[in-house]
Amino acid sequence: MSQHYGLLAEFSNHEDLLRAAETAYAAGFRKMDAFAPFPVEGLPEALGKKTRLPLLVLIGGIIGGVGAYYMEWYANAVSYVINIGGRPIHSWPAFIPITFELTVLAAGLTAFFFSLGLSGLPRPHHPLFNVPEFERASQDRFFLCIETRDPNFNRDQTRAFLQGLSPLSIAEVPE
Amino acid sequence: MSAPNQSPLTSHESPSYSPLGYPTNLLAPGQTYETVNKTIAEIPLSRAPMSWRFGFFVAFLLLMMFLVAITWLFAKGVGIWGVNIPVAWGFAIVNFVWWVGIAHAGTFISAILLLLFQHWRTAINRFTEAMTLFAVACAGSMPLLHLGRPWVFYWLFPYPDTMGVWPQFRSPLVWDVFAVGTYFTISLLFWYLGLVPDLATVRDRAKKLWQKKVYGFFALGWRNSASHWQRHQVAYLLLAGLATPLVLSVHSVVSLDFSVAIVPGWHSTIFPPYFVAGAIYSGFAMSLNIVIPVRKIYHLEHLITERYLNNMANIMLATGLIVAYGYFIEAFMAFYSGDIFERYMMMNRAFGPYGWVFWTLMVFNVLVPQTLWSARIRRNTVALFIVALFINAGMWIERFVIVVTSLTRDFTPSAWHMYSPTKWDWMTLFGSVGLFLTLQFLFIRLVPMISISETRELVAEPDKATIK
Repeated sequence: MSQHYGLLAEFSNHEDLLRAAETAYAAGFRKMDAFAPFPVEGLPEALGKKTRLPLLVLIGGIIGGVGAYYMEWYANAVSYVINIGGRPIHSWPAFIPITFELTVLAAGLTAFFFSLGLSGLPRPHHPLFNVPEFERASQDRFFLCIETRDPNFNRDQTRAFLQGLSPLSIAEVPE
Repeated sequence: MSAPNQSPLTSHESPSYSPLGYPTNLLAPGQTYETVNKTIAEIPLSRAPMSWRFGFFVAFLLLMMFLVAITWLFAKGVGIWGVNIPVAWGFAIVNFVWWVGIAHAGTFISAILLLLFQHWRTAINRFTEAMTLFAVACAGSMPLLHLGRPWVFYWLFPYPDTMGVWPQFRSPLVWDVFAVGTYFTISLLFWYLGLVPDLATVRDRAKKLWQKKVYGFFALGWRNSASHWQRHQVAYLLLAGLATPLVLSVHSVVSLDFSVAIVPGWHSTIFPPYFVAGAIYSGFAMSLNIVIPVRKIYHLEHLITERYLNNMANIMLATGLIVAYGYFIEAFMAFYSGDIFERYMMMNRAFGPYGWVFWTLMVFNVLVPQTLWSARIRRNTVALFIVALFINAGMWIERFVIVVTSLTRDFTPSAWHMYSPTKWDWMTLFGSVGLFLTLQFLFIRLVPMISISETRELVAEPDKATIK
């Protein structure tokens, strides 16, 4: 393979980027990513990106809730029983608040750590940071990067394809 | 450094008002990506203004006073406070409930308004989330200081200890540990997750290498990739969905600390909703007390427009009316129940030795906020600031009335005893304000205080930035 990570095309607004992403997907490119200073509606879908985060958060929440209830039941009804005026030992309504709190806590921790982890973060360095213009991706510019590992990638043809999307500029991303 | 911006990037022609007299614009005219980035991201990267230094100095002095009060407390024990039997809770619990309440507006703005697609949260959510974190930190310190033996605080947590003892999970005081702990953790994650893309903006704008390194470290290598944004948005929405019932549950649990007990004046089913409304009420008041000066000092009027202040004032008015209804129902139920202890509690609260505190509360929390019906008051930042100060003080007094007047005179007159705070109580109260303000000043200095990426969204889609 080549010494390069990919080709990076720069656009001035989010509508151009969205159109470019849709065209590139239709042209058969899959190993690509788009960069924008704010979440652009429909952009991940245009690139064919999906996420399983909601399912993971659901699982996290269920584990938290069931675990919390089990802990309370084990602690107060099995391991360390206190009889208060003959009230039920397994008094489930009193166990609900903590079950709820720990459901939220576990689901929230899952959402946070998996949203970063699945994105491969933290990752201090990345080939894209080698392109000086790329620092405007967090400010006011919009980028589309087609990576060399895409099976359809061909240095000259892909450059010509990106040129056809009328970007502001095209840069090679060094590895 | 910026290229000429095209017309779709500029929003709005002139300020305008809706039929109800509300300003319709969330952004001042002529905002572009670059003006937004520059205004917000340059604050942490440049020198602090003199007013910041002065404010930080005052806050830091108060914090030092807090440390003195805590040190003396740890040396001598809770006997230095005015607490005794029957009023064993005193200022520590009053402060705890007050601070937890203040925290609630942050989550209300960042979570509930996000789920309801209220774009007027954009410029204030970062502030108020930070306020939530710092207020919960102040709140959390109070029960710890009140423990008597704070060095064994970890007995509150369920862990398999050598004594073979577990926490009593049926007790609202244990629920509190979990509610406040979860609340702090979720608020912190929510705040930081929203902050990551903005830290990347600051990293990319920083000129000095050490600034690039520090902000780069905390930005975690964020690249603004579409797939990062996708997971970020999903996680952000889910956290908002999780935080929404959480914010309602936390103050409900706090109110159960009182209403599960049989003390007259505490044993009441209205407590959870009335506490939650009061929490949001005081939280918005504290947000206004912070936002109004910061907006002025840092010249953010074009990002935090009148519309924001107007809406915050409206929410204060609405929640204030719910709180007033709570006061009314408490009094009504005391007589309607026919319970002589409840009835006496109400008479004692209004006309007993602490009666003047009760009437101060009525003026601060019920009468003064009625001025917010006037659009002129809502748009006058000085007047709004003063009304918010009254509400903050009023909400603190409310908790004092609930805690102290109920405990001083319960069932048996032979057990009655008056309560008066000592100077250590006051130092702890104002010292905790110092802790809060110090953290708030550091936040304003060190991180982007308005969400840059969300404001850019408003620039990109001008119709979102207008409320008819």
